[in-house]
Amino acid sequence: MSDDLIIVLTAGLIATACGLLGPFLVLRRAALLADAVSHAVLPGIVAVWLIAHTRAPLPVVAGAAAFAVLCVLVIDRLTTAGLGSDAAIAVVFPALFSLGVLGVTRYADGVHLDLDSTIYGEIAFVPFDTIAGTTLVRATTTIAVVVVVDLVLVVALWKELKATTFDPAFSRVAGLRPTLLSRLLLVAVAVTAVASFEAVGAILVVSLLIVPACTAYLVVGGVRAMVVTAVGAGWVAAAGGYWVALAADSSIAGSMGLVCAGMFAVAMLAAPRRGLIPTVVRRLRHAHTAHGER
Amino acid sequence: MDWLISLLPLAYTDAVVVVGGAVLGASCGILSAFAVLRHRALVGDALAHSVLPGVCVAFMITGTKDPRVLLVGAAVAAGVAAALMLGIERTTRLRPDGAIGVVVSSAFSLGVVLLSHIAGSGNANQAGLQNYLFGQAAGLLAEDVAVMAGLACVALAVVVPLFRVLKTTLFDPGFARSTGLPVRALEIVMTCLLTVAVLIGVRMVGAILMVAMLVVPTVTARQFVGRLSLVLVVGAVVGAGVGVAGGLVSVRAELPTGPVIVLIGAAVAMAAVAWAPGRGLFRRARRRDART
Repeated sequence: MSDDLIIVLTAGLIATACGLLGPFLVLRRAALLADAVSHAVLPGIVAVWLIAHTRAPLPVVAGAAAFAVLCVLVIDRLTTAGLGSDAAIAVVFPALFSLGVLGVTRYADGVHLDLDSTIYGEIAFVPFDTIAGTTLVRATTTIAVVVVVDLVLVVALWKELKATTFDPAFSRVAGLRPTLLSRLLLVAVAVTAVASFEAVGAILVVSLLIVPACTAYLVVGGVRAMVVTAVGAGWVAAAGGYWVALAADSSIAGSMGLVCAGMFAVAMLAAPRRGLIPTVVRRLRHAHTAHGER
Repeated sequence: MDWLISLLPLAYTDAVVVVGGAVLGASCGILSAFAVLRHRALVGDALAHSVLPGVCVAFMITGTKDPRVLLVGAAVAAGVAAALMLGIERTTRLRPDGAIGVVVSSAFSLGVVLLSHIAGSGNANQAGLQNYLFGQAAGLLAEDVAVMAGLACVALAVVVPLFRVLKTTLFDPGFARSTGLPVRALEIVMTCLLTVAVLIGVRMVGAILMVAMLVVPTVTARQFVGRLSLVLVVGAVVGAGVGVAGGLVSVRAELPTGPVIVLIGAAVAMAAVAWAPGRGLFRRARRRDART
């Protein structure tokens, strides 16, 4: 496989994992909680390195998940203490991200992570890092496994996720556990974020989680259609962003984020029925006919 | 500004950091309190992230790193981001968290693309723009601090005469509207004050972590006092303390300033939430035990 194809494939798989989870986060109004959790995995990665001196996927994922749960629990605790969830989020995730940044700054040589790669990612280097003894690319394989995990989670819990998203009160009475499902969803976000971290950095993970799902929310109705649209938009961002980055000689992860933003802008303006342009046209036509009748 | 810096019994660079940190923290405590109490704190996250592309564009147009020029770019970008968030919330069915999330990640993607573009253009003058990511107190100049203090004074000159109407709008918008106050305009004033706090802080704290510094002073002050005027004053003191301590520690330990300030601030806020007299979590738990 060519390097270009591997890069687009990796980004596309990340977009798939994000697109599976994003619509539920947006519908649950947990977009910013997901943003917080994606930042909170950084100290997990650093802590696992400092304690166990390893970057093997399993311990790192466990460490990141632990910090994600810690992040969510502390935000919950502060919210019940009367802070308001927005202020709680605003205090907790920068603090955890700061912990990670200071860890990276102090022990950068050891972790083979530097500040730039935590922000921008190093997707251009992904094709060169293969699993020892095979031709499998390490980052791509990891993210493929995560896609399967996310897919199994979403398919197996489809009904439960839908019920707890749209009617938490009813689902609680029906014996489902909305809080537990929320936590599970956010742990899945953490696992996805940590698997994508080295390839695309903290920012693009958030872009791919939130922006395609919001775009889908403007264009289609129904959760299934939203998930399909979000995944599709993510692949367009992966391929289109890579092309833009090559053409303009700029950051690959950033360009993919920009393509996401561009698609959102198009959806906001031109989405059938709900877009700005159709709304204005409808209003004008309505005013016209009302005028004609008089 | 120089007289104040020379007044402190410290080395020049330390004195600049101390005054800068104090101005930063105090203005966060006063200016962002209104937005935080309105539960709009995370709007500040989007405003802060949008500063990055603003600074880059200003640099690309003028080619200078004059803090005043970059500040204009940052202010324009923050204004655009605020308008976008409002537009998305008004015209689509997205909730505020979705609107904020889209603007945060899009603005930051743009910033990252512009930064990589500037770095690739080989302009020798570009080193230092990176400081707007995580903030840097080392290398802060007296003129930077003067710009920060000037902005803070302008914003204070707005807050003081408008204090009563802002307070009414904050706590009872319905009543404020019934007495004929321009509530919509006053809410925009609150967002503008938040923007000014971001602009003052972003050089030292950085775009990524700025939101924490906007929230910490008000959250901490709110645990100790109830009156809005006191929340502003106590918040300013707390913010100044955090800013000075964080600035000095980061310069001494040669660490990026933003993370140090934010960790100290978060520790202060959490401690206040846990132990504040009357409202603290532990105090409340003990009271509950005593009752049963």
